[in-house]
Amino acid sequence: MLILTCPVCGVTAEETEFHAGGEAHLTRHGPGASDADFEDYLFMRANPRGVHFERWRHVYGCGKWFHAARCTTTLQVFGTYTAQTSAPPQEILDKIADARPDWTPRTPG
Amino acid sequence: MSTRLATGGRLLSKDKALSFTFNGRRLRGFSGDTLASALLANDQMLVGRSFKYHRPRGIVASGAEEPNGLVNMGEGGRFEPNQRITTTELFDGLTATSQNHWPSLDFDVGAINSKLARFLPAGFYYKMFIHPRPLWKHVYEPIIRRSAGLGRAPTAPDADTYEHFHAFCDVLVIGGGVAGLQAAKAAARSGARVLVLEQTPHWGGRAPVDGGTVDGKPVDKFVEELVSELADMPNVTLRNRTMGAGVYDHGYVLGYEQLGDHAPEKPGPRHRLWRIRAGHVLTATGAIERPLPFAGNDVPGVMLASAVRDYVVNYGVSPGDRTVVVTNNDNAYLTAIALKYAGLSVPAILDARVLPTDSPAMEQAKALGIRVLMGHAVSSVKGGKRVTGVAVCSQSGEGAVLEEIACDVVAMSGGWSPVVHLWSHCGGKLLWDETQAHFRPDVDKAPIGADGHGFVTPAGCANGVMQLDAILADAVQAGEIACAAAGFRARHSDAPTAEPSGETPMTPVWMMPQGAGIKLRSKAWLDYQNDVKVSDVQLAAQEGFESVEHAKRYTTLGMATDQGKLSNINGLATLAAARNVAIPQVGTTTFRPPYTPISMGAIGGEARGDVFQPLRRTPMHDWHAANGAEWEPVGHWRRPYAYRRSGESTHEAVMREVRNTRDKLGLLDASTLGKIVVKGPDAPRFLDMLYTNMMSTLKPGKCRYGLMCSENGFLIDDGVVARIDDDTFLCHTTTGGAERIHQHMEEWLQTEWWDWKVHVANVTEQYAQIAVVGPNARTALERLGGMDVGKDALGFMDWAEGTLGGFAVRVYRISFSGELSYEIAVDASHGQAFWDALMVVGADLGAMPYGTECLHILRAEKGFIMIGDETDGTVIPQDLGLDWAISKKKEDYLGKRAQARSHMADPTRWKLVGLETEDGSVLPDGAYAVAAGENANGQRNTQGRVTSTYHSPTLDRGIAMGLVLHGPDRMGEVLEFPRLDGTTVKAKIVSPVFYDPQGEKQNV
Repeated sequence: MLILTCPVCGVTAEETEFHAGGEAHLTRHGPGASDADFEDYLFMRANPRGVHFERWRHVYGCGKWFHAARCTTTLQVFGTYTAQTSAPPQEILDKIADARPDWTPRTPG
Repeated sequence: MSTRLATGGRLLSKDKALSFTFNGRRLRGFSGDTLASALLANDQMLVGRSFKYHRPRGIVASGAEEPNGLVNMGEGGRFEPNQRITTTELFDGLTATSQNHWPSLDFDVGAINSKLARFLPAGFYYKMFIHPRPLWKHVYEPIIRRSAGLGRAPTAPDADTYEHFHAFCDVLVIGGGVAGLQAAKAAARSGARVLVLEQTPHWGGRAPVDGGTVDGKPVDKFVEELVSELADMPNVTLRNRTMGAGVYDHGYVLGYEQLGDHAPEKPGPRHRLWRIRAGHVLTATGAIERPLPFAGNDVPGVMLASAVRDYVVNYGVSPGDRTVVVTNNDNAYLTAIALKYAGLSVPAILDARVLPTDSPAMEQAKALGIRVLMGHAVSSVKGGKRVTGVAVCSQSGEGAVLEEIACDVVAMSGGWSPVVHLWSHCGGKLLWDETQAHFRPDVDKAPIGADGHGFVTPAGCANGVMQLDAILADAVQAGEIACAAAGFRARHSDAPTAEPSGETPMTPVWMMPQGAGIKLRSKAWLDYQNDVKVSDVQLAAQEGFESVEHAKRYTTLGMATDQGKLSNINGLATLAAARNVAIPQVGTTTFRPPYTPISMGAIGGEARGDVFQPLRRTPMHDWHAANGAEWEPVGHWRRPYAYRRSGESTHEAVMREVRNTRDKLGLLDASTLGKIVVKGPDAPRFLDMLYTNMMSTLKPGKCRYGLMCSENGFLIDDGVVARIDDDTFLCHTTTGGAERIHQHMEEWLQTEWWDWKVHVANVTEQYAQIAVVGPNARTALERLGGMDVGKDALGFMDWAEGTLGGFAVRVYRISFSGELSYEIAVDASHGQAFWDALMVVGADLGAMPYGTECLHILRAEKGFIMIGDETDGTVIPQDLGLDWAISKKKEDYLGKRAQARSHMADPTRWKLVGLETEDGSVLPDGAYAVAAGENANGQRNTQGRVTSTYHSPTLDRGIAMGLVLHGPDRMGEVLEFPRLDGTTVKAKIVSPVFYDPQGEKQNV
């Protein structure tokens, strides 16, 4: 059971206080999008071994969504950050680079 | 025979005699006994039967690793199977019965399996019961199921209570032996909050039994002082009878405290589940002695050497008069010496090793006059239900018998394995220690915490450190590492010193004798509970089950309730030898929590009965209950299904409610409907994205029925939206959908359109809402007075605020029944009073409450869909003929792109129609309409299914809705629906609107 810190209210809490919301930083494809783009947006999810960006909601706390950067193998949490961004902030990327020098961001698609 | 010694028993209070029963026999023990030691004291070595062959099984161990001593405990609401006798503290009045035999423990018919053992090797069931296939279901499976499982399931509800407890500490020490206690002290000196858990009632672990001195004091004196020192430290909490059950992510640990098992008369919960968050976890879980694989090592009387020592020293019990010790290490000599000091006979020590010089232990044994046979082994054990002797051979040979020695106990020791379970639960890795022939924690590969650093440190025997002096030094180091990892500055103090023991290294022995043939190997047990022998593991390897996880499942090695605490390492070594690889290459199976089984009651905690899932009640709940409501669970709510009057069946009540509402006046408690306020300058735009309809064009004062789809295009909710003012909307959702839709809105606002100025609030419970339905509805409201509810002032799909009978109300002129209908919201606290007022003014108008089943029939007669009946997560609005509610003008809404996919536009999608049975009967819910031909599985092809079906009292016939292939184009066609009883019912495709298709009744 993980421990996460909600970046909105600042509370560090048990995983049971949160709800996982899957892969972060997806781009919405609506009317006019190609079948391939739409399929990718709706169904295709990365499931990396290692560094991963996820959406979480502080469902039994302040109710706000946020993002977490986490290692899926060691469960190390590199940091949590605002949901109102379409890419991880530099500060989080720096923390990941410190802990995982060999890591390179996944190219979308 | 086994018996109580006149002296000894450091854990006993001999002034407190206790009486208990085993298989109905009244026996006596002492306070401080375990059930196992008390049974041994009463010469009850035979305690059960093995799972597969029903072989006689005796007590092997003295702790949590015991595989054989499992009994049924208690009676009635306190009956529990598979209780381990070696960890069950004796109390006055304890009742236990043995398991897995018929008709009796001594004479068990199932033991015939033992004679058939040659024909029942590993994988027997897989091979035998596969052919012929039809026999599996009707013959094999019922028989195997009947013989499966140890013990009986309880039949009465659990009479005890349980609780959860949340605890936080900087350093959690699991294990209260010398290592755990010394480590706790080292950590606590830093000021860190330290919690120490010990699974047994006693502190100090094995050390007081094995003896020695620390800082010049006897070990038990040292332990006593250490415990009292820790107890005096304000930052230390000690808990015995509390097992560290499992280690989970980021320092989460479950502890299992047994509060009432040893004292059933004590008030309060029986078990307490500790939910612990620890800054750092220190595992000082000790080690478990391994059996030796030799023929007949499962005969009652063959025990672990350490267990024999425990029974003599701790409980003053002699397991037998004559004990042969068989070993591959020095440690077992302690048993021979302890037996000698207790005045018992040790005819020989068979030591498989060949040493150049005698070890100190050997010298001591010889000095006591014990015969030590180096390089010797057990060829086979003599006896059936009790050991009568051993045949001795050379370890290096094939088992040729050199001599036979009469004895009634064989004390065996194959070396010690650290208890690495808790280290491994959350991913801690192991390494193979060649010298001591065991796996121990690889401290460089600890389980990782949130900060990326290891959060578990092993100490003492659990770390593969086996000698007292080294254990104490290791514990101090581990304690200092643990408190530093938890953020405290360690205050170093030197470890206490014990005299070095000078043990000579052990020699690994994985088969005794080394060259044993198949006859001996097929009698050499690895797993006592599941009857897995050396020959079975070899067969598994031979048949290609080479992976340790495959071999485990093929043979069931380590799959019993003891989870292979004794058998795992011997099994791995046997598999490694059979595959001709090194043991570390075979690896271990996965260690999973809990360490030993914990009660389901403890896991459930307080969440039983009424508090399992709290109910949501509307403000009028008590009125409904007092007026005959039969409840229907809807989400967490309870809604009245129907209000039964005396002499009425539920069906009759529903029919009455429908007729009364159509003819006169019905009242529905609609408070459970979701009510979500959406407010802000961007609210119109936001609702245009959420609903398939255009909501931005709705005028204040008006209502509109709307549909909500998921981004995948499927219909997820529906309801009426009222525009309160320019930037405020009130969205009604289904009863079950309020929280879900509120979260759906929040998710899109927070994660996609976060720059839009909109707030949403779920106000469902702020209002009581009452639907006033029927031809007399307006008259009733006019009698209350206060606002104009006439046709011109408040037309269909209008809403208005005002007062009725002095109550501040919001009135919605909406209808889910097809009747003249008002849904009226008042403050929740006024709900009951307003309901009462309506019942008073409506008394002579025929006012009558109606429930959810009546609501369903009313809406079905009108062809209104219900989320969850007409929809199932695969239905789009277009399937339901709701195209009119889908805006063509909007560029985008959630689900629009999805609905443009080819599959969604497929003309062969089943579409909504009404169904009328030819004979007027009610179609079975969920029934399928069959089509010509069969599918690939030989099943009838289908062309539609029933989604809602009722008896309509208005039409006095069965009516239904369903989804049918090309349905709307096939009006008048007759479909066939098979019933479960094999008969078929015919139904005609009709319009789903059965009643008042022009809507004249609701528009008055």
